[in-house]
Formats: sequence, structure tokens, C-alpha cells
Amino acid sequence: MRLTLHIWRQSGPADKGRFATYELGSVNTHMSFLEMLDVLNSELIERGEEPVVFEHDCREGICGCCGFVIDGVPHGGQRGSTVCQLHMRHFSDGDELFLEPFRAKGFPVIKDLMVDRGAFDRIMQAGGFISVRTGSAPDANAIPIAHDQVEHAMDFAECIGCGACVASCPNGAAMLFVSAKIAHLGLLPQGQPERDARALAMVEAMEREAFGACTNFRACEATCPKEISISGIARMNKDWRRALLRGGTAVSGKRK
Amino acid sequence: MNPITGIYTTTVGKKILMAVTGIILVLYVLAHMLGNLQIYIGAERIDAYARLLHSMPPLLWFARAVLLFCVLVHIVAAVQLWLRNRASRPVKYRMFRPPEVDLAARTMVWSGPILLLFIIYHLLHLTTGDAHPNYEELAPFHNVVVGFAVWWAAGIYIVANLLLAFHLYHGVWSLFQTLGWDHPKWGPCRRYLAAAIAVVVGTANISIPLAVLAGVLHQ
Repeated sequence: MRLTLHIWRQSGPADKGRFATYELGSVNTHMSFLEMLDVLNSELIERGEEPVVFEHDCREGICGCCGFVIDGVPHGGQRGSTVCQLHMRHFSDGDELFLEPFRAKGFPVIKDLMVDRGAFDRIMQAGGFISVRTGSAPDANAIPIAHDQVEHAMDFAECIGCGACVASCPNGAAMLFVSAKIAHLGLLPQGQPERDARALAMVEAMEREAFGACTNFRACEATCPKEISISGIARMNKDWRRALLRGGTAVSGKRK
Repeated sequence: MNPITGIYTTTVGKKILMAVTGIILVLYVLAHMLGNLQIYIGAERIDAYARLLHSMPPLLWFARAVLLFCVLVHIVAAVQLWLRNRASRPVKYRMFRPPEVDLAARTMVWSGPILLLFIIYHLLHLTTGDAHPNYEELAPFHNVVVGFAVWWAAGIYIVANLLLAFHLYHGVWSLFQTLGWDHPKWGPCRRYLAAAIAVVVGTANISIPLAVLAGVLHQ
């Protein structure tokens, strides 16, 4: 199949950026979207042009590295899927596609389709962990947790931190990501001692970044490759409010 | 963290302010709607209701002060959040098609300001009488029937109440999310409650100008 790609090219954070148009003559429908870009890049390298920069790692939808916006939808709009799991058979011959990086003030463009998601790391460092003595893996079921509780926590633990929630939010809010982390740990017994501090610290860290606020558009949950529910955002709001009213501090979440 | 600074300095806290003031305003809208519906019982009934409300000036002015305060907090928080949200994406998408975003959610940002303009007009029209062709003190039946006989005034009320229904549909559901009121069992009912409030308030309020225009309510 033939494709016309309008790809955002930006040489660095300071560059203004622009779309460049590329024609691909013979795209194999069995290729993933990223493999199609690999083909484009090898053609560009042969022509002596700069290849298109995009982030990728596992290419099996679990690492959270890949992601850009195809025709206005992060990860391309296939429900519950990252862009590496999107195959060219979902497109038709002669399609014209617009490829843009995740656009948010909190995610500055590094180059082309690659953005700096360090904001998510800083939010995680503020409280997205439990303070325990580490060592070898604990025995399974050493701490009894009801099965439905485990499943519920797992629904939120699935978050791979790809940033599609921010990219699809008309407000550029990061609340689905932050709430997934708060809900995941808040649903497990190991997460209880630092639950208040975690909610306060992670929300505080989120507020320091240039993200917007939730207005319940629900675009995030529809775009999330792990289909994380916005019920997490309700949990985050509740944990934060309770912690605030109990006069909690964000400090005890930090390691001594 | 001090709860007051926490509420005022964070987006999560500002949303809580919007939700709490929203609850008070929704309850008022429901009470106001019930008051309005007495017009169908007859002129004596609704005029007596107006005299009853005005027989207790301290209570009336206390209610007005609370409502004014809630409206101001709701608007200030909304504007601050809106500015922050706008700033969060300085470089716009060439093509942006966020899925699942419904009409009510998308229109909050302008249904709000339009409702504010409508409330100002509504107060000048049926509370102070400045925007009314033939206003009589404490005679709501007369004021409504004469006021809505002007087709464009009735039209403004109909359009504004449609927008109010949209605003309530998204707002009522949203406030549950913001306050963290959710449950796997009854969580889905929040949507039905929001829809019910929106439909009931919209229908009841719009029925009055329609009834005047159709000649059902007349002097």
C-alpha cells in the first residue's frame, strides 16, 4: 500500500518545528507502525537525510517508551494499544497521515516525535513508591490480600507511564497517570502507611509541572493503552482530600 | 499542609471548591425550580410564595449572600483553572481528535459564561424589573406572564435553560469525581442522577415560557 506521511520535524527543543511530507511506495500491511517508520528511516538514511526520531524499546506494548499522535489521536486510536502494537493493516492504501509528538508544556520536544517525559519521573520520585527493606523477592501470598483487591490494584498498576493521557487531554492534564500510581499503591496493604503522604506529595509534584487540570473529558481513559479507568482520578481526589483534612504532610513519603 | 492553602493553591483543591459551590448552586436551582412550578397552581399561590420569601428579609439576604459567594468562588476557580489548562499546551496540534469527549463537557467553558450573562439578565428582568416592560413588585405571576409574552425574552429563557441542562449534566457527574465519590456498585448511577437533574430542571423551567407563549398561562 501507498502512504503519504506528514511528520513533525523539529531539530531540537529550541527549534520551532514544521511538518515534512514523505511518500512511501510499498508498505507491507503486516508491518507495525514503528516498522513502517523504520523502513522510512532506512530510505532517508540512504538518501543522506536525517532519520525521523521516535522513541521505542520493547515493541510489545509493555514498556511505555513509544507513543506519538497519529491523525489527532495518541497511539493512533486502536483501543487498548500502544503505537508499536498498531499494524498497517488498520490503514488503507493512499491514506494521508499526520504524525505529531505528544504536545504538552510538561513534555518538551527533544527531537521530532520524541518528548521529554522527565516530569513523570519527578512525580514518581515524590511518592510513587513504598519505603520497605529491599532484598530478595518476598514469598508469594506472604501478605494475604483478597483476590478482587489484587485485581483492582493491578488495573491501576498496568500504567506504563507512556504519557498518552496527557497528550489526549484537551487540558493537558496528567491526572490519569498520577491517579493510577496513587490508586495502585493505595489499594494494597503495603501502600497504607504512606498513603496520605503519597497523595499529598505526588499531587504537589504534579502541580509543580506544567500540566493542566482534570475537567472529566474522559479522553485519557479512551486513549490509554492500558485502558485505565478515571475511577482512579476519583480515588486520587479522595485520598488527597482526606490527607489534607487529616493535616498530613508530604514529607514522610521521602526516604530517610 | 494547611488545608486552606492546599485547597487554594492546587488544581485538585480548586476543583473541590468548584464542586462544593456547585452542590450549593444545584440545590438552589432545584429549590428555585420547585418554587417556579407553583405558577401552575395559580396566581394566588405563587404570589403568596413570593410574599412569604420577602416576609423574612434577613433570611432572604443571607441566602442571596451565600449564592453570590458561591457564584464568585465557582467563577474565580473556573477562570484560574481555564487559564492554567490553556497554558498547558502552548504548541497546538495540527490535528486533534480526543475520543469520547461529549458535547456537554466541551461546552462547559462557554455554557458557564453565557449562564452568568443570563443570570444578570434574569435578575434585571424578574427580580429588579429594570429589564421588564411592566414590572410589579411581589406579583410574580403577572411579571412572568407579561414578561414571557415578549417572544425574544421567552427565547432567551429557553436557550439559557437548555444550556443550564447541559451544564448540570456534566457538572453534577463531575462533582462526584472531584470529591472522590465513586463506587464500583453505584458509580454508574452518578451519570443517571446527572441526566435526571438536567432533564427535570431543563424541562420544568422551559415549560413556563412555553406555557405563556402557548397561552396556557394567562391573566
